[in-house]
Amino acid sequence: MTHPENAAEFLKDSEKSKWHDETLWFVRDKRDKVSKGIPEWEQLRELASGIKDNVLANLADYLEEFERNATKNGIIVHWAADSEEHNRLVLEILQQQNCKAVVKSKSILTEECHLNPYLEKHGVDVVDTDLGERIVQFLNQPPSHIVLPAIHLKKREISELFHEKLQTEKGNEDPAYLTQAARVHLREKFFAAKVAITGVNFGIAETGEFVVCTNEGNADMGVHLADVHIACMGIEKILPRRKDLGVFLRLLARSATGQPITNYNSHFRNPSPGKEIHIILVDNGRTAQLAREKFRNSLKCIRCGACMNTCPIYRRSGGFSYNSTVPGPIGSILSPGLDLKKHSSLPFASTLCGSCTDVCPVKINIHEQLYEWRQEVTKTQGEFAKGLSMKLANGIFKSPLAYKISGSLMRNALKSLPNSLIYHPLNIWGKNRNLPDPPTESFQQWYRKNRS
Amino acid sequence: MSSRKKILSTIRSLTLEPKALPDIPNFSGSGDLVERFTQSISGNKGEVMSKSEFEEWFSTSGFSKVISLSPQFSELASLPLPEDPHALETLEVAILDGQFGVAENGAIWLEDSQLGLRALPFATEHLVIVLDRNSLEDTLHQGYDKVAGTQSGFGLFLAGPSKTADIEQSLVIGAQGAKSLRVVLV
Repeated sequence: MTHPENAAEFLKDSEKSKWHDETLWFVRDKRDKVSKGIPEWEQLRELASGIKDNVLANLADYLEEFERNATKNGIIVHWAADSEEHNRLVLEILQQQNCKAVVKSKSILTEECHLNPYLEKHGVDVVDTDLGERIVQFLNQPPSHIVLPAIHLKKREISELFHEKLQTEKGNEDPAYLTQAARVHLREKFFAAKVAITGVNFGIAETGEFVVCTNEGNADMGVHLADVHIACMGIEKILPRRKDLGVFLRLLARSATGQPITNYNSHFRNPSPGKEIHIILVDNGRTAQLAREKFRNSLKCIRCGACMNTCPIYRRSGGFSYNSTVPGPIGSILSPGLDLKKHSSLPFASTLCGSCTDVCPVKINIHEQLYEWRQEVTKTQGEFAKGLSMKLANGIFKSPLAYKISGSLMRNALKSLPNSLIYHPLNIWGKNRNLPDPPTESFQQWYRKNRS
Repeated sequence: MSSRKKILSTIRSLTLEPKALPDIPNFSGSGDLVERFTQSISGNKGEVMSKSEFEEWFSTSGFSKVISLSPQFSELASLPLPEDPHALETLEVAILDGQFGVAENGAIWLEDSQLGLRALPFATEHLVIVLDRNSLEDTLHQGYDKVAGTQSGFGLFLAGPSKTADIEQSLVIGAQGAKSLRVVLV
């Protein structure tokens, strides 16, 4: 299904889609307010972008430096060329530990690699421990937003779900009550797990440590109770120096949710005595994106989700409409690099208003890359839905006579044609839009009457 | 060819324009550090209190399972630090010393030497961090300057209690980790 088809599905529940739109805008607004409290905000964005430029220009060196230092610290470093290899490595570690149940905190990378279904197929029970992720996991859904995984759901739905899965009272929709039920359920899982999986926000080449940020504390609950910690990291998550974290942690949570910092920011340098830390460095299409000059700096992304919260299309079409692990504007420039055919409608899921670029903490030129991907898509796939009407318009604009006649025809037609024809499925400009009332005269007629 | 070699050689085969690593200026904020820190912690849904306020809260709350690694409050402990973190499952209060706090966001730096067990500040039901008011830093940049040379195997900027807004964006304090954070400024 294309993005417009999925979006139409989302918009069927108008009350919920309005709530979705307004709620994400509220988060965007919080981001604005908190960023304005930092006079050097724009300088920080510039710095973050510059640091990431340097990382991408020297990625191989930094990866080797990270590996060297992490190994020295006692972290076991693995490399995975693609998702299959990543999943296989995780499974091998679990099998060595004889582990049949694992807790996992939020990791977009493991979603990208479809780790959960792979492990489940091999008899491992995976529990996503971020509350939003646990909710969507119960529903057998992927997250619809990278920071707010269950933003597409209302508390009534979560209440019904928890009644079924966690035996909460029927009809009790109180978020505090439901969260407490999830707390009891998840703490039981934490205290029983031998292996915990996390994502990685930042890997530091200079020290060989890595940083994981959460508000719920679920990553730490998992790894500090387990014997083995597996951290899954995309190779672009490297930062050169520890002090670079000062820049990135000041930007990340402020951009994501409008809070000054996430409540837990854990720096892992070596395992506790008797325990193990594994880190898997994953390519899965990242080196291919690095090779594409026009799209290279999409790899600067720190997964804050600000571009989603601000995007007029994302807010009104929902995360699932993108059918991509990372949805929204950033997903629409990352995913075509992975599978251009599958994701060919995504670069068009944008007004090119540029708001995503304006809020991006690492200054990725998202809307320009969306435009560039459109060129790539049309090159490989030729004509699109709007092609025919565009050709027609081209002919009309070329000839003054044709323009004059068609203008008067349209003015009359819009007045007299039945709505069923104007809003016919073949006229995609009439879809979800009210066409304006046609003027009674053309501009030329008006000018002759009033100015000549 | 190993994946390691493949990834590194693919990257090295690309012509990548050199880009210099920028220096980070020493940004700083303005205003009273204690006041800003207190505001930040309260924004993160924690609470800053004085020694006497803390003692009053503690004496009236009737906790029976308390671990204290803070020398100033060692007499409040009812349990020793266990060997196995799984013994923390029913812990009610953990009292720890923080190294320093950051005014702009309320983040408090803790390392293995303060934590005893890494799971302690997460697994406990209520967390109390004792912090020297003269240890406050301005922004995260000064915070990272301060920990530049440290070698601790685990380090943490902790800024509040465990919280979530995953159900309809309603903020709930006490998700999976500590249900409250009290910072005692001494």
